[in-house]
Amino acid sequence: MKTKIANTAAAVLVATRKGAFILKGDSSRRSWKISDPIFLGHMVHHMVQDPRDPSVILIAARTGHLGPTVFRSENYGKTWAEAKQPPAFHKAPEGQKGRVVDHVFWLTPAHASEPGAWYAGTSPHGLFRSEDGGKTWEGVDGFNENRERPNWCGGDPTPDGPKTHSINIDPRDKDHIYMGFSSGGVMETKDGGESWRHLIKGLDVVGGFNAADPRIHDPHCVRMHPLSPDRLYQQNHCGVYRLDRPSEQWIRIGRNMPKHIGDIGFPMVLHPRDPDAVWVFPMDGTQVWPRTSPGGKPAVYATKDAGKSWKRLDSGLPKANAWFTVKRQAMAADDRDPVGLYFGATHGEVWGSVDEGKKWKCLAQYLPHIYAVETALLPR
Amino acid sequence: MRVIIPSSLRSYTAEESEVEAQGETVAELLKDLDRRYPGFRFRVIDEQDALRPHIRVSVNREIISGLAARLSPDDEVALIQAYSGG
Repeated sequence: MKTKIANTAAAVLVATRKGAFILKGDSSRRSWKISDPIFLGHMVHHMVQDPRDPSVILIAARTGHLGPTVFRSENYGKTWAEAKQPPAFHKAPEGQKGRVVDHVFWLTPAHASEPGAWYAGTSPHGLFRSEDGGKTWEGVDGFNENRERPNWCGGDPTPDGPKTHSINIDPRDKDHIYMGFSSGGVMETKDGGESWRHLIKGLDVVGGFNAADPRIHDPHCVRMHPLSPDRLYQQNHCGVYRLDRPSEQWIRIGRNMPKHIGDIGFPMVLHPRDPDAVWVFPMDGTQVWPRTSPGGKPAVYATKDAGKSWKRLDSGLPKANAWFTVKRQAMAADDRDPVGLYFGATHGEVWGSVDEGKKWKCLAQYLPHIYAVETALLPR
Repeated sequence: MRVIIPSSLRSYTAEESEVEAQGETVAELLKDLDRRYPGFRFRVIDEQDALRPHIRVSVNREIISGLAARLSPDDEVALIQAYSGG
């Protein structure tokens, strides 16, 4: 049942390598207070509020010693309970080697018409679904057990293991889902996960690889616009792209970004109302791939014309000697007007803007390595 | 038998560092621990019934390698967090 919060506070849910934190803002979003750590010492890959019932928040966690699990709160994060049945692959038949979930990487509430349903993406590649608000999870066998799966993804896994991410549910159709695979490209299902097909036309790959082989494609973050769901954007290992369905041809809109900045990065953030407006956080993808802010000068780049032109937004950010790395889940927008933007960096700072990126302010320092930030609404 | 619980798993045992559990093998003992403390086993054993990479089990202070190891009621079993950092 959807809970209405009478007096809400803007909040940022911060997932880090050493626990989770909640940043709560005042009504103007100018003053922020950080919570005590939640699950201190746990590796928290994602922390997400349920928009259908905002009292529910899920956390994907593991520790260095213990296996992966999901924690859930039904009271805006005051108390937590562990999932009774966390995401896990089927046990392999005797004599065969089975897969093991190393960590739950991504959490997404399912369609608005399916209260309590959630999806989780894992490392190694796996898709799981919960029907009961995250208490119990079952594998989506149409993907996990599909005989073709080894030909779809995981050919050139990312350093911390292959990751299933960017689970985008079409608001018009609960069974139409786009997902990203690092590596494995972008896939689409129109039947709730029973069958899958790739959408990789137009995407570049690292030199020397075969672009026709989906297993080596590496979308870092794929987003579908909630009000214009035929429009998708993607920050890829090899550029920034837009796709307007029914076309299947991605267009490299990052080519319009300044050459000395490039169009490599991890996160991709969409304006909640304007399908032509997106933000990216470029990183250095040259030579040995430092994955830091180009030239030590962090900046957000924004387009308001679907990628035809880009504007640098760095007011308030350090002007030099700042080597930020912002991971794929670590940048998010709220839905207020003007839109608030937030990002967390691996060195433990959270930055925010209340004017769509024009001016930035550091909201929290000295946190652990930040994996993800998501916006939320919490009671005051 | 007496089972020594590492600090990382005491959230399941109401912060008890030692608990009682039963089983004729280590595998059965872990199932009994999961009955008593729901969720315990999956943090220690993966879905293919293998010990997690950074967990060790000792019986009477000797590290054992398989979950089929036989146990006696007067054995002391310890679940150990293996060194996984500096």
